[in-house]
Amino acid sequence: MSFVIPKNLEAELDELATHYPVKRSASLMFLHALQEHFGFISNDAAEWTAGKLGLQPIHVYELITFYPMFRQEPIGRTQVKVCRTLSCALAGAAGIREHFCRKLGLDPHAHVPQTTPDGRFTVEFVECLAACGSAPVVLVNESLHECVGKGQADEILARGK
Amino acid sequence: MPAIATAAPATSVPPPVETVTVKVNGRTVVVPKTMPDWQGKPQLTTMLQAARLGGVEIPHYCYHDKLPVVGNCRMCLVEFGTPVMNSATRKPVLNEDGTPKIARSVLPYEPGTPRGAITCATPISPGMEIYADSPATKQMREAVLEFLLINHPLDCPICDQAGECKLQEYSVQHGQATSEFVETKVHKPKAVDLGPRIMLDDERCILCTRCIRFTKDIAGDDALGIVNRGSYNSVAAYPGRKFDNNYSLNTVDICPVGALTSKDFRFKMRVWFLKETRSLCTSCGTGCNIVIGSREDTIHRFEPRDNAAVNSSWMCDSGRLNYKWIGRPDRLRDVGVRGERSTWSAALRELHAALAQAPMGSVAIIAGARQTTEELYLLKRLAERFGAATDSVPRTGAADGFLVAADRNCNTQGARLTGIWSGTMGAQIPRIAEGIRTGKVRTLLVFGEDVTRYGIGEELLASLETLVVSDILPSATTRAAHYLLPGCAAAEKRGTFVNVKGRLQKFLKAVEAPGDARPEWEFLSDLVEGGVSRKVPATLEGVFNQMVREIPAFSGLEWARIGDTGAAVPL
Ligand code: SF4
Ligand code: SF4
Ligand code: FES
Ligand code: FES
Repeated sequence: MSFVIPKNLEAELDELATHYPVKRSASLMFLHALQEHFGFISNDAAEWTAGKLGLQPIHVYELITFYPMFRQEPIGRTQVKVCRTLSCALAGAAGIREHFCRKLGLDPHAHVPQTTPDGRFTVEFVECLAACGSAPVVLVNESLHECVGKGQADEILARGK
Repeated sequence: MPAIATAAPATSVPPPVETVTVKVNGRTVVVPKTMPDWQGKPQLTTMLQAARLGGVEIPHYCYHDKLPVVGNCRMCLVEFGTPVMNSATRKPVLNEDGTPKIARSVLPYEPGTPRGAITCATPISPGMEIYADSPATKQMREAVLEFLLINHPLDCPICDQAGECKLQEYSVQHGQATSEFVETKVHKPKAVDLGPRIMLDDERCILCTRCIRFTKDIAGDDALGIVNRGSYNSVAAYPGRKFDNNYSLNTVDICPVGALTSKDFRFKMRVWFLKETRSLCTSCGTGCNIVIGSREDTIHRFEPRDNAAVNSSWMCDSGRLNYKWIGRPDRLRDVGVRGERSTWSAALRELHAALAQAPMGSVAIIAGARQTTEELYLLKRLAERFGAATDSVPRTGAADGFLVAADRNCNTQGARLTGIWSGTMGAQIPRIAEGIRTGKVRTLLVFGEDVTRYGIGEELLASLETLVVSDILPSATTRAAHYLLPGCAAAEKRGTFVNVKGRLQKFLKAVEAPGDARPEWEFLSDLVEGGVSRKVPATLEGVFNQMVREIPAFSGLEWARIGDTGAAVPL
């Protein structure tokens, strides 16, 4: 797969790097932008970032593996993030995630993010989404769903891209 | 820009060393205010260094004299105290007995709990008291070790590091006897093929980052990092990138545990069986100081030995692994006279008689610049007896800007100082070849070189009256020899080499040579004096001490007084 960075994205990132006294400090911003554009961070993207910021690829890779929000593989068009921290856990988050998994034919016991073979959905557990008062909470792409029950879960799946 | 005349300092007396007085385990110790850091730059003396000067070694993992300080392992935590100051007068508050009042460091929000300091990164201050043995210090160590062992696999029985592992040692000295950990251990990658010479076991790693700092800051190859998070933290190279620089094996030495292992040494030998011998690497002119690990006359590993004047604490991988040939099955083991197996006494008697016949000017000597200085000196004396031409064979490669020298002979300077060559090394060889061709040179002595590869072909050798060859491995030259005298690798004898910078260093014998092979200096001293009138001493010390009397560059040296790190000689 050839790795192509759109000219305007590259220009934007080059400009961004100038905001930092040390180029390396721009690493996270680069990775966010690349993930937003490509949906995940490929090794090519990691190496490109390293080259841009004068780092060795291992140091970009350290960041990518440190933060769970950075993906190394393509993910589903609809990302279903089920909160599993205390309030949501008490309010039945595990059951909700299991429901998503069963409906989508994913392994309900696997703890890692899982993507459906058709590339439509990725289901995973995340930590507190800061909406504990309306647990259980599910973040679907950028939109927050509160007090999610099985019915609402089915609607989320029906609306999924 | 106007030129500024830099006035010479009024006096050249070095300023007195500024000192700080501290207490280590109750004993007063006066230490310099600054000490060299990993790059040799003066930095404020740390608690760890001060304790060391006071004779107390504080356990540590991530700290290494030759690496930048990072303070990540917390093993070096100790309890300490500092003098109480009167805030108004800025004078120390005194106890009733007149001694300064000391406040033990405690947590600000919990004054009953001692607050330790990581000694590797904390500078001392005047009057500081370091409690390296206090109950609080012991507790801190126990706690740190308990954390380090949480996910450790405890596979010492199959771990190469066992016996020289700091995790084992500190656990015994400072740890708790039992573990309270009942949960399941985190599993991490095992047998990771990090590079051509290195295998990594991430479960054993304590994440001290010594390896990462070494390869970045010393080897200049920023190849390693820590991936993943929390208890899944693992040392790794970038996917698809091999950790393969020519200094990679040094990380195995400095890894305090068995995480980084040498593929060459792995699973071969338990370290407590190894005999350790101080020696030198012979693979280039740098002459890195090494320790040979051997057992029952088999060499199992080379490791670097500290020498600030030569190799710091490091050596290159190619030099380190260049020992296998010493145990090759085709080593020359028998004395040979015209193709027949002989004995030393018979061969030397006959050879001495043959040499006695040789007229002045009919002898030439080619002596490898990998022979010891003592051997080269004896060869030069032999040459003087016959007015013989002498030379060595140059051997060069690319210098790497760190340790590896362009000169791949380990004793080029020794050969020059003993007079084996002068001007341009190797320049005499074509002349010697011509001498053989014209029949002027009838006797040739070759030590440690295959001259057929340097312009003295087999036909020329065949035309000689007497060809004396000493070597370690068979070659076209040894096959043509009338007198074949099997010699020794450096690991099998004692002697000295002079490195490219003019450091004369001695090395000791680690293993026995195979068969009848003997150190060359032994039979050379026989040959020089014919074994009759012993004007040449029969011991290596004797040969050395005689040599230094005759060679001005070595004057003042004495075998017994050359320390483990050698002596500088003028080149
Ligand atoms: S592999 Fe060894 S040297 Fe490297 S971080 Fe782990 S324990 Fe330290
Ligand atoms: S730099 Fe030279 S002397 Fe040092 S280990 Fe390498 S080959 Fe041996
Ligand atoms: S615990 Fe789920 S949103 Fe805070
Ligand atoms: S030696 Fe690791 S923190 Fe001091």
